[in-house]
Amino acid sequence: MFTKQWFSLISDVRFIPYKKGNGSNFETSSKILKMADTQHLKDLVSQVRRDIVRQVHAVSSGHPGGSLGCTEFLVTLYNEVMDHDPKFDMDGKNEDLFFLSNGHISPVFYSVLARAGYFPVAELSTFRKLNTRLQGHPTTHEGLPGVRIASGSLGQGMSVAIGTAQVKKLNGDSKMVYTLHGDGELQEGQIWEAAMYAAANKVDNLISTIDVNGQQIDGSTEQVLALGDLRNKFEAFGWDVITVNKGNDVDAILNGLHEAKERSGKGKPVCILLHTEMGNGVDFMMGSHAWHGIAPNDEQLAEALSQNPETLGDY
Amino acid sequence: MKIYENTGNKDTRSGFGDGLTELGKTNENVVALCADLTGSLKMNAFAANHPERFFQVGIAEANMMGIAAGMTIGGKIPFTGTFANFSTGRVYDQIRQSIAYSDKNVKICASHSGLTLGEDGATHQILEDIGLMKMLPGMTVINTCDYNQTKAATLAIAAHHGPVYLRFGRPKVANFTPENGVFEIGKAVTLQEGTDVTIIATGHLVWEALEAAKVLNEKGISAEIINIHTIKPLDEAAIIASAKKTGCVVTAEEHNFLGGLGESVARTLAMHHPTAQEFVATQDTFGESGTPAQLLEKYGLNAENIALKAEKVMARK
Repeated sequence: MFTKQWFSLISDVRFIPYKKGNGSNFETSSKILKMADTQHLKDLVSQVRRDIVRQVHAVSSGHPGGSLGCTEFLVTLYNEVMDHDPKFDMDGKNEDLFFLSNGHISPVFYSVLARAGYFPVAELSTFRKLNTRLQGHPTTHEGLPGVRIASGSLGQGMSVAIGTAQVKKLNGDSKMVYTLHGDGELQEGQIWEAAMYAAANKVDNLISTIDVNGQQIDGSTEQVLALGDLRNKFEAFGWDVITVNKGNDVDAILNGLHEAKERSGKGKPVCILLHTEMGNGVDFMMGSHAWHGIAPNDEQLAEALSQNPETLGDY
Repeated sequence: MKIYENTGNKDTRSGFGDGLTELGKTNENVVALCADLTGSLKMNAFAANHPERFFQVGIAEANMMGIAAGMTIGGKIPFTGTFANFSTGRVYDQIRQSIAYSDKNVKICASHSGLTLGEDGATHQILEDIGLMKMLPGMTVINTCDYNQTKAATLAIAAHHGPVYLRFGRPKVANFTPENGVFEIGKAVTLQEGTDVTIIATGHLVWEALEAAKVLNEKGISAEIINIHTIKPLDEAAIIASAKKTGCVVTAEEHNFLGGLGESVARTLAMHHPTAQEFVATQDTFGESGTPAQLLEKYGLNAENIALKAEKVMARK
């Protein structure tokens, strides 16, 4: 499948040098990485976007906005950064592991997992339908390969990832644990319990990415409950913080993830503040919270698809 | 009738602590987490023996439940320790999503359950925890009666794959079950054979039920005493068989009559063998401060009230 092809490319990309951040205002150095061929990632991003809008359109429900905003990130993470095995094993020993904490962006998660070879791409057509393994929010309960924890009720994924990261250390497993969170999700108190614990216990094999899109269901995060200065908050909690301003640019994301990995293992958990555009890649879904949790109609689907060419074959 | 000897009052939480200490030595996959109550949960020995496998999470129970869920990924068997209220009500959604729905092999171990933690009062006396936990699909719910049984249960749940809620308490109570006895999850223990009335008890009230049986025996009433240490999965066959024999049932628990053992027994009987039943339990109320003995008397959770309810239910046959 595609996976094997991408894995062979990983070795070409992984050792490309990247600019080291200065700690306070890291920004990606795309000029170096432009030497790496990331066209295959961009092709995949276009296909995953198609998968997202087709999934939610088919059942007239789901969350396209956040899914589209995180497409570049998850595509890059799974295909260029993580060392993982689509022959899924729950314990994931000696593999990099990822936990999706903001489970409502399941459409992008499912598409990325399927196209990485965890389960047949055709199964995306069962999204949110009765008896599916692709539940509205991700779950282990139906045995979908690639999912290690249920998420949907927000704020829980960082705690889970910490537990897994600490067990990796106990087991002498040097691989990393990654998480993704919405910025609105940071309003949940458990996140900060987890953030405090991770720093106090030097869980430095954890890289938590915050999808900073500034939007949540009721409006902008600024209007609903202002998050304040996230960099200062995480730094005050004892984390090493990286900002990726171009959170929808695969080169910038790749650089940010490499930088995060470089900073891991040094006594601090690492946080990436990933600034994204909700609904990215579908122009009428961008720039507002309106498409957080609604699906496109037939005309809107056609328009969304016209903006994202089929590159690897629709399911 | 069979007389059970109290070999000396001991707290059930120490049974947990000693069981955990033993597990630390025999099972390297066992890890323990505590939310700033290591002494109260009697987890000190495990923490001292295995500092690398003991995780102090501070006063952050939601985080503890999430971390415990994550620790199962990679093969560990996490035991969480805090008071019953903070083990259940405070963290219900974390248990529901990250542990139960996610099928994680976490052992939620809860001390200071029921009224008998005493003077701390209602904020700490959860009387709803059995109900909360038994309603979660896939959750095993255990409420042990004495030190020996709590220790045995602690060992048994490590060998059982799946989420478990283990409920025990603070006060020193009669220790009367066999030392190093085998604990079979889901298996009722008939302590006393009888023919006139069945008394089904769990937790601290099992000893009270045995005391009630003595009072009833003096009145010529033959009580069958069943210790239900596992409320879920419930040993329905044992309950139905006894109800068929005696024709009436009293349930006794240190818990609200809504959602507790009594309701599980009532459902079983309603479905399979409708039988008159009386409930020894709190009556949809919060607790309050007082000594354990005072509280058990005020809320009717003692041998005297169990015997009264036995006679009452016999009259309803």
